[in-house]
Amino acid sequence: MSRAHEQGPTAPPGSAGEVASVGGSAVDDAGRAETPTGRVGGGWRAVLGYWLAVYKRIWRSTVISSFLAPLLYLAGMGYGLGALIDSGDRTAVPGVPYVAFVATGLVAAQAMMTASAETTYNVFGAIKWLRTYDAMLVTPLRVVDLVRGHLVYVLMRLTLVAGVFVLVSLVLRAMDGPLALAAVPVAVLGGLSFATPIYAFSATIQREEGFNVLQRFVIMPLFLFSGTFFPLAQLPMGLQVIGWISPLTHTVALTRALGLGPDSPLWLEPWRFAAHVAYLALWAGAGYLLAVRALRRRMVL
Amino acid sequence: MSLIRATGLRKTFGDFVAVDGIDVEVAAGESFGFLGPNGAGKTSTMRMIGATSPVSGGELTVFGMDPASHASQIKARLGVVPQTDALDEELRVRENLLVYGRYFGLTREQVRARTGPLLEFAQLTEKSDAVVESLSGGMKRRLTIARALINEPSLLLLDEPTTGLDPQARHVLWDRLFRLKRDGVTLVLTTHYMDEAEQLCDRLVVMDHGRIVAEGSPRSLIAQHASREVLELRFDVADHAERVEEVAGIAERVEVLADRLLLYVHDGDGALETVAARGVHPLSALVRRASLEDVFLRLTGRSLIE
Repeated sequence: MSRAHEQGPTAPPGSAGEVASVGGSAVDDAGRAETPTGRVGGGWRAVLGYWLAVYKRIWRSTVISSFLAPLLYLAGMGYGLGALIDSGDRTAVPGVPYVAFVATGLVAAQAMMTASAETTYNVFGAIKWLRTYDAMLVTPLRVVDLVRGHLVYVLMRLTLVAGVFVLVSLVLRAMDGPLALAAVPVAVLGGLSFATPIYAFSATIQREEGFNVLQRFVIMPLFLFSGTFFPLAQLPMGLQVIGWISPLTHTVALTRALGLGPDSPLWLEPWRFAAHVAYLALWAGAGYLLAVRALRRRMVL
Repeated sequence: MSLIRATGLRKTFGDFVAVDGIDVEVAAGESFGFLGPNGAGKTSTMRMIGATSPVSGGELTVFGMDPASHASQIKARLGVVPQTDALDEELRVRENLLVYGRYFGLTREQVRARTGPLLEFAQLTEKSDAVVESLSGGMKRRLTIARALINEPSLLLLDEPTTGLDPQARHVLWDRLFRLKRDGVTLVLTTHYMDEAEQLCDRLVVMDHGRIVAEGSPRSLIAQHASREVLELRFDVADHAERVEEVAGIAERVEVLADRLLLYVHDGDGALETVAARGVHPLSALVRRASLEDVFLRLTGRSLIE
């Protein structure tokens, strides 16, 4: 069949060659898929296929951390604490019920948590414990394919997690209006602004203890001090600076504006929207370049 | 046509020289082995041939291509069985082949069409829906080989294919590799097992400290570097060197190991009679054919498995 296929274009009509090319296969018999640019192999899509196959096996175990935990936060902080903070029509942030304030922040924080969960032990394990990356790199896949496929998987996970959270918030009226749906892609971008630098970190560290440091000194503080649960202005100046460096602060500003809608006092002028998005894109982009570099250094010896 | 051609090939990691200028040529259809102890540079060599590790010096072509510029093209035509299986343990056997086949850009249909025959070849048909974690060591190894064959490679690289397997599993694996060889697949393998090299390799090189110290067929290497037979003598002494004098002149060469003396002789039984006639009485005596182990000992002064 391979011979027939190779002569396909010049073979007489009705020959085996034509049958083969009618089949639409762009892959020759030795299993080499060549695009016009001569690229070989399955590329990042094949790597994505691996992560999805694994996710299909383990998704049940992610339900609690991905969907239940944020809703518990929303219930506890938003409704429980909110009842103390707001009294009648007087709300701590004027014009914004506390539950709405928390919900629009949590969606971003949840994206950060998901991004971190998907790019720490998964990356480290694929390098060191399971050697998945070793197995991939003896095939035509390149280091960039590994990073891209993994990050596209993270993007899909982020979309799912943020999407479910926004839908539930809409049902609970903790978010309002059609613009709230636009908080999903923004939260995804915010997640990616963490995913790529954390990926680079995970591909660099030699021992898993590094993740404790990351969790305690980066993720947890940012979770608390990025305006998720209270406005940044409440903090002393030093902590505010950390808050403004944190991509989460910028994600929260965006998801909050979109989740609360144009009538809320936390709506943003267009240039602020653009600035926040640009800042997140910068982290995501720089992190991506660092991730590719780190993984190449780690895997190509 | 030679599939692999290396001249003065080197691999260094900082100051450490793993491969120190080796010349190798492997022809299509051949079964070729790198024999040597751990740390001899076998795996580094294999990784360079597999286009996963950059060459530090010298020339290397695989399928006539330079790994530095055509890594993916080379890998598309290779099957690689690494030292550690690195299977997707949480996935089913069948899914492992599917996921891996996609790495080569194969369509789902293509992989599915190949899965049946490959599982049959690997004697895993009944396990096709089992999660990999539950398989035995030998089964995992066979699955790794099946996986490496998903792209129908013409060259299969095997790094220590049977290390860690029990004797029975090793024989099953050897049988599978024989079949591949018969089907015209070129095999290149590393091993530190003599019997494996003798079983599988048409031709091999003996490596030590990153260099090639001998090259030839197993038979010719034995003929060249060892005698026809070996008489092994064990004595009840702490240091076997004490007893060398008592057997002087009987053998072409005597090697002193920690627990025995090796006498390289043409006629083992005859030599044993001579030993007895001298009134020397070892705890035990064994006559055997010379093996690649003896070749290695001769060439490097060390045992292969230390």
